[in-house]
Amino acid sequence: MVKYLGKRIFYIILTLFIVSTITFFLMKFMPGTPLTNQAKLTPGQIHQIYKQYGLDKPVWQQYLVYLAGVVHGNFGISFQFSNQAVSYLIGSRIGPSLIIGGQGMILGVLVGLVLGSLGAVKANTWIDTTSTIVSILLVSIPSFVLAVLLQYYLGLKLKWFPIADWGGFMYTVLPTLALAASPLAETARFMRTEMVDVLSSDYIELAKAKGLGKVGIIYHHALRNSLIPIITIIGPLTVNIMTGSMVVENIFSVPGIGEQFVKSVLTNDYPTIMGLTIVYCAMLCVVLLITDILYGLIDPRIRLSGNSN
Amino acid sequence: MADNAKPISAGDFKPVTAGDRGNLDNEKISAPSLTFLQDSWRRLRKNKAAMICLVILIILFILAFGSSFFETHNPNATNPNLANLPPKIPGIDINGFNGTLDQSGTRINAYAQAHAGNAYYILGTDYLGRDLFSRILYGTRISLEIALIASFFDLAFGVVYGIVSGWMGGRVDTIMQRIIEIMLSIPNLVVMVLLILVLKPGMSAIIYSIAITSWINMARLVRAQTLELKNQEFILAARALGESSWKISFKHLLPNLSSVIIINLMFTIPTAIFFEAFLSYIGIGISAPQASLGTLINDGQKNFQFLPYQMWYPAIVLSVLMIAFNILGDGLRDSFDPKGRE
Amino acid sequence: MENDKNILEVRNLKINFNTYAGTVKAIRDVSFDLRKGETLAIVGESGSGKTVTTRSIMGLNSPNAVIDGGTIMFKNQDLLKKTRKQMDEIRGNDIAEIFQDPMTSLDPTMKIGKQIAEPLIIHKGMKREKAYAQALEMMKLVGIENAEQRINNYPHQFSGGMRQRIVIAIALVNYPEILIADEPTTALDVTIQAQILDLMKELQAKINTSIIFITHDLGVVAGMADRVAVMYAGKIVEYGTVDEIFYNPKHPYTWGLLNSMPTMDTTGTELPSIPGTPPDLLDPPKGDAFAARNKYALEIDTKQEPPFFKVSDTHYAATWLLDPRAPKMTPPEQIIERQKHYAKLTHKTIDQHKDTHVEEQEEQL
Repeated sequence: MVKYLGKRIFYIILTLFIVSTITFFLMKFMPGTPLTNQAKLTPGQIHQIYKQYGLDKPVWQQYLVYLAGVVHGNFGISFQFSNQAVSYLIGSRIGPSLIIGGQGMILGVLVGLVLGSLGAVKANTWIDTTSTIVSILLVSIPSFVLAVLLQYYLGLKLKWFPIADWGGFMYTVLPTLALAASPLAETARFMRTEMVDVLSSDYIELAKAKGLGKVGIIYHHALRNSLIPIITIIGPLTVNIMTGSMVVENIFSVPGIGEQFVKSVLTNDYPTIMGLTIVYCAMLCVVLLITDILYGLIDPRIRLSGNSN
Repeated sequence: MADNAKPISAGDFKPVTAGDRGNLDNEKISAPSLTFLQDSWRRLRKNKAAMICLVILIILFILAFGSSFFETHNPNATNPNLANLPPKIPGIDINGFNGTLDQSGTRINAYAQAHAGNAYYILGTDYLGRDLFSRILYGTRISLEIALIASFFDLAFGVVYGIVSGWMGGRVDTIMQRIIEIMLSIPNLVVMVLLILVLKPGMSAIIYSIAITSWINMARLVRAQTLELKNQEFILAARALGESSWKISFKHLLPNLSSVIIINLMFTIPTAIFFEAFLSYIGIGISAPQASLGTLINDGQKNFQFLPYQMWYPAIVLSVLMIAFNILGDGLRDSFDPKGRE
Repeated sequence: MENDKNILEVRNLKINFNTYAGTVKAIRDVSFDLRKGETLAIVGESGSGKTVTTRSIMGLNSPNAVIDGGTIMFKNQDLLKKTRKQMDEIRGNDIAEIFQDPMTSLDPTMKIGKQIAEPLIIHKGMKREKAYAQALEMMKLVGIENAEQRINNYPHQFSGGMRQRIVIAIALVNYPEILIADEPTTALDVTIQAQILDLMKELQAKINTSIIFITHDLGVVAGMADRVAVMYAGKIVEYGTVDEIFYNPKHPYTWGLLNSMPTMDTTGTELPSIPGTPPDLLDPPKGDAFAARNKYALEIDTKQEPPFFKVSDTHYAATWLLDPRAPKMTPPEQIIERQKHYAKLTHKTIDQHKDTHVEEQEEQL
């Protein structure tokens, strides 16, 4: 287990190194500098600013300086907000993103599990059809459309929740709902397939032969066996949430990193884009690592083969 | 039990002759034999929802690609005098399609106000007076083009990558899998955004970025399936007979991979359409004045409170496109793998 | 119950399956008894309806199965009339089942101790500790070594044979009155097969249960069963004691089955087989379903279904060959050998009871 962990962490570091390298050189090819949008500067001022951003050094030196910075969590200085460190910018904005992302994930997965299992247990009834329709709709309607509709109908028309901005829990509700749609639909679809499979397996037949009632079969045997594989889709779901948050935060004016990412992209704020790219990758790597470990802990088949190795 | 039947004559107790026995043959195969794909198609045809979606997609294809022939308005021509006109279909007098607008409680005829004369726009116009219907059709065409391109890269790159990785095994496989693992730990959208920034926003940048990200899932699934098939007897037999790897891949491997490939393709397509719309929506995709469903939704959203049709129509078309591909994909999966759903 | 000795009486059972292609008549009028403490083997090829019959006894047929008639009497109650909840109380308590493939019939994520204790907790309302203690006893009884430690293991930590022992432990933990074994050794190695069969016999003696043993392998039947019923195309075509079926078979299908089974005396290089395939039960043939594959078929076989002809008090066969009007047919050589052996076996009994004109007719056949 320790060996496995070490190996995984090594690969995560390797991945982050490759990602930082690629983004660094990609950004070097980009048009635009910190001076774009700022006209009429004297050559002296330009030199001054280049020095401030370290752009007067050769590219390989800039690269080494950047890498050294990344190791220490320093991603340079934002082009857009002069004098603000990218790491500070990210640090101050990651909170709201984690809150609505986490809430969206939990809500989506939980409701998805219920919907998916209901669909499987009541296969080929109206409940199944409803659950299938809901998940097809939610997986198909793009998050930016859903977010606008939620904002208009639940926020503006019904006035149940604030339509935008960031404050207490009430401000998180609409963004959370918008983000929950995709994990909800994916989980429901996955869970239904998984559970239908499990319910037709021999050990469920044996459980019936034991005289276990329907509830007992689902609770003691079917649920556990179909829940385990769900862990494997948490990684892809996290990606969905990250993607969704970029528009959802924008629409609801949530001061998070998703909104920041889009803003930085539109203003060519390269240091911030690079920093956020690395942060996104790091978060995803951690989620993937955690889900892998969890999978090993929960599934007895993997757990034991891990111990014996 | 025997006595209730018709009387038995002594002649009935003759042994059956060899000729008669031929008539009793129950080994005759009465149904025509179907190939795997024919059989799947037969099952798919029974899936009503999937067939409806197939028809919808065919109609959308024809409308989008044929639009240049019957387009009544140029999708990019602006006409500020006729801006923000609601939908009007001649001869239909239902609110929402008769060119009237609800302005602070009273319905007014927007076309008359704009002195539009005989002009009509069946889905209305946008803030620059461009015909929404033509723009939606144009946007749909972009979406479908993206879909075709994504499928092409899925097939050309993803399938080959998967087969090579699975078939070669060993170190080649390990390296190829590491590359995939690294790609998987970067959110696709981030990769796309970085590429688009380097290549400058536009159709070609979107195409490249989709090409680079869309094949990964396909490659993984094809590899897994190839690994499984590789050790099966019929492949071993082909190898034992000395067939070349190329021939085995095309003659034996590909037909057996076809269901995995087709099913996954059907899920790549909506993802690609979504990403294009998404990028256009946030403003780094298809650039003005060209239309994409994503930019149309973004434009429409600004006026959603007062001119909801400007967002509803492109949003509905985009959603229908996604729903249709998803349901068709589900239907294909069920028809290829009937055990999933009764 | 018609007879006190019987624990289970199946009468005129008919079961159809609704499929998209039409109605499959899977069980077409099946009747049999299971005596207390005996082992009844149901033999037949795949699709003959063995499994559907036992699933009906368990009330576990798939949802598209329709019971078209008949009764299954157990303790003076018709199991076919019971609700799902009532059947839950019987399953795993009075009637238990062992499945074919031990590799897939255990829950991979549950410790085997809990899986064995589960029926006790469900039916006897036992507390966890007591149920586990009893499960441990059961594990020892079915021959699992180091039971104390292994009770906390998961199924994947056991071999196939061991897993089947666990499945047997689960089935027997409540001392059921009927045990249904659906090809319990088919998926196992030959050496393990023998062990499992021995174990079942040993346990049957210990806990005094009746067994319905389903198999397509006549070789397994010989050592296991008291009585044998041969099924073909959804019907029982012949039944009798194990000696009667093995040494004095009457139905041509039974002949075919016996001939295709290698014995110590088998000579030659080729093992005879029954030509053809079973009929399509979507549209069962008129007359005897076996006629098309039957070398000894009579004209009447194509027109009318044969009734059961009595061979002895315990032995019946549904073939027109037993009708007095039927021509004399010479069974395959191997069967004649078997019948000679049988004649020796039963010589004295035949002398004592001269009640069997059917028996004499046999000699002529």
